[in-house]
Amino acid sequence: MGEFKVHRVRFFNYVPPGIRCVAYNNQSNRLAVSRTDGTVEIYNLSANYFQEKFFPGHESRATEALCWAQGQRLFSAGLNGEILEYDLQALNIKYAMDAFGGPIWSMIASPSGSQLLIGCEDGSVKLFQITPDKIQFERNFDRQKSSAIRKMIVDRQYMSVSKRKCIVWGVAFLSDGTVISVDSAGKVQFWDSATGTLIKSHLIANADVQSIAVADQEDSFVVGTAEGTVFHFQLVSVTSNSTEKQWVRTKPFQHHTHDVRSVAHSPTALISGGTDTHLVIRPLMEKVEVKNYDAALRKITFPHRRLISCSKKKQLLLFQFAHHLELWRLGSTVATGKNGDTLPLSKNADHLLHLKTKGPENIICSSVSPCGSWIAYSTACRFFLYRLNYEHDNISLKRVSKMPAFLHSALQILFSEDSTKLFVASNQGCLHVIQLLEGSFKHLHTFQPQSGTVEAMCLLAVSPDGNWLAASGTSAGVHVYNVKHLKLHCTVPAYNFPVTALAIAPNTNYLVIAHSDQQVFEYSIPDKQYTEWSRNVQKQGLHHLWLQRDTPITHISFHPKRPMHILLHDAYMFCIIDKSLPLPNDKTVLYNPLPPKNESDVFRRRTAHAFKISKIYKPLLFLDLLDERTLVAVERPLDDIIAQLPPPIKKKKFGT
Amino acid sequence: MAALEEEFTLSAVTLGARPDGLLGVEESDKTDHFLVTDRSRTVILYKVSDQKPLGSWSVKQGQIITCPAVCNFQTGEHIVVHDNKVLRIWNHEDVNLDKVFKATLSAEVHRVHSIQGTEPVVLFKSGAARGLEALLAEPQQKIETVLSDGEVIKWTKFFVVYRHPVLVFITEKDGNHFAYVQMFNSRNLSKYTLLLGQEDNSVTLSFTAYVDRKFIFLMSLSSDGCIYETLIPIYPSDTEKNQRLVRSLLLKAVVSGIPPNGVTLTILDQDHVAVLGPPRPSSKECLSIWNIKFQTLQTSKELPQGTSGQLWYYGEHLFMLHGKCLTVVPCKCGVSSLAGALGKLKHTQDPGTQTMPHHVNWEISPGCGPGSQNSVQLRRTLRRKKNEVSLQPEVAVSEAAVSEQLLSTIKNGSEKHIEVELRKFLAKWTPDSHTAVGDIITGLLERSKAEPSFYPRNCLIQLVQTHVLSYSLCPGLMDTALEKTDVQMLQLCLQQFPDIPESVTCACLKLFLSIGDDSLQGININMESVFDYSNTEQEEKMEEQPEILRNGFNPEDSNCSNCNQELNEKPRDSTEETASCPVIPKRAALLNAVLHAAYSETFLLPHLKDIPAQDITLFLQYLYFLYLKCSENATMTLPGKHPPTLSQIMDWICLLLDANFTVVLMIPEAKRLLINLYKFVKSQISVYSELNKIEVSFRELQKLNQEKNSRGLYSIEVLELF
Repeated sequence: MGEFKVHRVRFFNYVPPGIRCVAYNNQSNRLAVSRTDGTVEIYNLSANYFQEKFFPGHESRATEALCWAQGQRLFSAGLNGEILEYDLQALNIKYAMDAFGGPIWSMIASPSGSQLLIGCEDGSVKLFQITPDKIQFERNFDRQKSSAIRKMIVDRQYMSVSKRKCIVWGVAFLSDGTVISVDSAGKVQFWDSATGTLIKSHLIANADVQSIAVADQEDSFVVGTAEGTVFHFQLVSVTSNSTEKQWVRTKPFQHHTHDVRSVAHSPTALISGGTDTHLVIRPLMEKVEVKNYDAALRKITFPHRRLISCSKKKQLLLFQFAHHLELWRLGSTVATGKNGDTLPLSKNADHLLHLKTKGPENIICSSVSPCGSWIAYSTACRFFLYRLNYEHDNISLKRVSKMPAFLHSALQILFSEDSTKLFVASNQGCLHVIQLLEGSFKHLHTFQPQSGTVEAMCLLAVSPDGNWLAASGTSAGVHVYNVKHLKLHCTVPAYNFPVTALAIAPNTNYLVIAHSDQQVFEYSIPDKQYTEWSRNVQKQGLHHLWLQRDTPITHISFHPKRPMHILLHDAYMFCIIDKSLPLPNDKTVLYNPLPPKNESDVFRRRTAHAFKISKIYKPLLFLDLLDERTLVAVERPLDDIIAQLPPPIKKKKFGT
Repeated sequence: MAALEEEFTLSAVTLGARPDGLLGVEESDKTDHFLVTDRSRTVILYKVSDQKPLGSWSVKQGQIITCPAVCNFQTGEHIVVHDNKVLRIWNHEDVNLDKVFKATLSAEVHRVHSIQGTEPVVLFKSGAARGLEALLAEPQQKIETVLSDGEVIKWTKFFVVYRHPVLVFITEKDGNHFAYVQMFNSRNLSKYTLLLGQEDNSVTLSFTAYVDRKFIFLMSLSSDGCIYETLIPIYPSDTEKNQRLVRSLLLKAVVSGIPPNGVTLTILDQDHVAVLGPPRPSSKECLSIWNIKFQTLQTSKELPQGTSGQLWYYGEHLFMLHGKCLTVVPCKCGVSSLAGALGKLKHTQDPGTQTMPHHVNWEISPGCGPGSQNSVQLRRTLRRKKNEVSLQPEVAVSEAAVSEQLLSTIKNGSEKHIEVELRKFLAKWTPDSHTAVGDIITGLLERSKAEPSFYPRNCLIQLVQTHVLSYSLCPGLMDTALEKTDVQMLQLCLQQFPDIPESVTCACLKLFLSIGDDSLQGININMESVFDYSNTEQEEKMEEQPEILRNGFNPEDSNCSNCNQELNEKPRDSTEETASCPVIPKRAALLNAVLHAAYSETFLLPHLKDIPAQDITLFLQYLYFLYLKCSENATMTLPGKHPPTLSQIMDWICLLLDANFTVVLMIPEAKRLLINLYKFVKSQISVYSELNKIEVSFRELQKLNQEKNSRGLYSIEVLELF
């Protein structure tokens, strides 16, 4: 297959923000996750747990509560005292409404989904009516009456237990009148709401129990503790075939190292997230009917989108952080070596630029042009374009001013291969094409979305010859535009699973599409049909191990000299697909890490298949071909992330 | 626990010697008195405890009694029907039945029923029923016909439910069974169709029933060998005429094969039924008591002379015709408990009555022999070992034969002879037949109980080593071994049995601690669990410096030895004491067997209190020694092949101290031991707290180590893809 020099980059100092809330929507089987920086992510649990949407965070908007209401409307509330509704189609914030009660600590939708209750810092509980396009303040409860609401969860109720002040972190009100509370004393307590008496108490942790979520059937619930443990409680019969039931602590899970700030209970899984930034989905084996890969534990740490772009010509890497960008130049070496060698560096990697954003908003997307002289990024309401000038070792940066009014926010930015055009996907479904000139720009065209759709485009790909532009949203098919004639060329038929990565091959103009169910399609843009190879893949089916990988493919690229090769990667492997070789079937070994040293050539040829997989670099956030013989791989070791987290609650190791 | 006692026959009964049996046995108004009616002409009143008849009455030649005599409990008179229509009522003093009160009825009588607390009831063959008073007031009254043409009454029973007399009778017509419930207070007759599962061509052979407040529990024994239960509501729930009742399976394979006289089922109490019939196709008839709650065979008695297939049960007496004699078997049904059903309840049994395996084999129902057609059918429900068993029917048959042979040898053979037979048995033995092993052991133990000189030790050891026994399969074994102070056997049992009661474990411990060293010398004991400490002892003493901290322990640590001045006087002594094993290796091996045994603290604690103080001290010293040995190495384990674990040792120390705390406190010899233990624990705590303190430093070291291994933030590497 070939030998590569690999720039192994581990200086991308990315730390995902901790998870603050998780909210599960049964109707669409989607999970909303809010992080400490205000980012809200939507995971589609039906589509292989793909993170299909996200809303960028905001410095002043610490989300404290997240809930679904009225079917699939998503609301959040936070310490700035505002209630936000998210537009899941256009991927922006529909509106923000001040509740005038100070910071909001909790929010819950009524079981019918028509009302929203919030708990504010000033101790008030406010009820909002959800109208078709807004929410409307309805009434204020003083604190005594708050318990009159049939089912609600309010954090921050204070009650004094013994001398120490004990904070009740979460409450659940069951329809049979039982109130379950979790508190800072490490207890899960069951109360009778009619008499106000304690029914039962479980001491489950030495530290706080911070979160609780009850299943819809109210036969099971889950709590998360500050020690990183998640406990499952179930309502089970006291003896077999007796109708008397009691709550029993059934299963403890320790998938977190830090506080479990939030838990959710889907019909088939326990979902937890916390300070250690992992989102853990633990299927309940008794609820899973088929013991397939869906029954496996999922731990999602990294975003399912690219945070890194690369300038191949200048060997630059642009790293995107929440509030700044970093530009690095890769080092070089003159030495050569054999497989596995680490080569001596003649020049180390340089940190060229640290670009801080203005304003409190997080960066949504960023890109560096292939020539390395342009950098563009966007926040939720501003678009920035910079021109870079290299004079020996000095870099000068000049912002291109006077951006047009329509360019205020972008979901995806892409430069053409020759760096003369800039493609911007805005969140109303428009695609802007901009001609870049020396130091200025010219708006060429805007592809309007198909009438009636407002779905935002989040993935873009341009052909190396600059003629074709492919764009994909979260659910509809991939649209291919002809850039020369500025019109829609064709639409690749929609597929059940969202697109995770897109790329157009050089010369052939084949569009390669990866989906969240790990399927890979190849579509010929000139012929407007799937290629023969793609049909073959569909006919024969992909290897079962390939389909069982649990992270999506986030990047696809091509070898400049070998048109039969497709390079793609997810977080735990990268793969070069050689289309000329036979596809592996379920009997062949998919992962073939060992070099065939003593095996005969015949055997080698017989076992050779199209997928050349390497799992050396992980977790792999970005991998691309710089030239024919050079790869760049950006890793982010988990240990480095853990090192930057606050220390977990100390547990005694000795003498327990 | 139900038990059958020694049977006895009622004297001098030939009873016309009719093979088809008796007409009936009924209670009389006095306890212990029973009316026995034979099939021809005679009614005899027996006093059962005296085994003698009190009176006998016969009808004239040419007349024939058609319904068993009953006693009218309200008047003390006896009632009998002869020639279907003639009712006779007589007193004790009457001699000739010809001269007593006579009433000729207008319809044929099926049965007269009488029970305590209500007037007798006459059931006519037409299905109509009358109270006796009403009938006698007008004997020739017209009797209506309830049953349809060809419908025959098969079985009847009379109950009193809440002082309401209820008559139940089952009829048959064309293979269909119907149940009638006649309420006498409301004159209400309900009819039900019994769905008795005609699909498998089985014929219902016998019925029995008991009542509670709402239902009649009708049990039927079917020709497929199973007992079924049907619930008949006493008070009809709706007015619908013909309601259907479904039966449910209660017990499987209680009998197999139908002898000419049929099989009988009789309920003893709510949880027990007695079944008369052959348990295996070719075997003799048996009287078996089954626990229906736990579906276990409680006891059984073989009846080699055959029976008439009839069985009556009144007040702890089972009546049947055994051979030509009316036999009474006293039968006691205790409260049905799981322990009783599994044979764990202590009870005394008469030797010799035991001919059926009294252990429940969960794999194979004891009611049917291996290899038979029935057993194959039965095993369909069994998931495990199904194939295994059905593949080797010949083996099973021959094995059963061998075990039967062995059982008979055990009864009176010599020890040598038994050993030979046992070897034969073990050669054919499969792990499936653990009940047979249990039976053999029980047989051996019974004999050894009877003859104190008989103790087939080798046989017992061989049997225990089959690894299939448990305490509950042979409860007497360990008791006998304790009696004979057979420590080798006890050790073996402790190692093999998973379910030894705590009291027995404790009794073993007591014996192991108190038995003399010299009596242990000659005994062959499995020394697997004991590492020979004496060998290393000398070398260790040489190497060991008093300053060395054994995993943090230092007996001379001045910080914690302020508690006792006495100890400081001879610190040398204490080290020496800890270094040498306080018991001889053989005793250590025995004690280790106790340490390995499973127990539950709650049940063990009270028994531990019974151990003498000296033995407690010795055991504590031994445990302490083991603990010291444990702490000598980093993994906290003892050397040897199968040593006690640290947690076992610690748990036993805690248990012993808990059970005998005051005693240990009072014994001067134990004082030093206690102080040592206390110091040991204290030093252990301080070690842990020190470890906790330096944990942070450990972590930093670990981090440094990691950094050394990590490759830095940037490198260029060569990768070759194949």
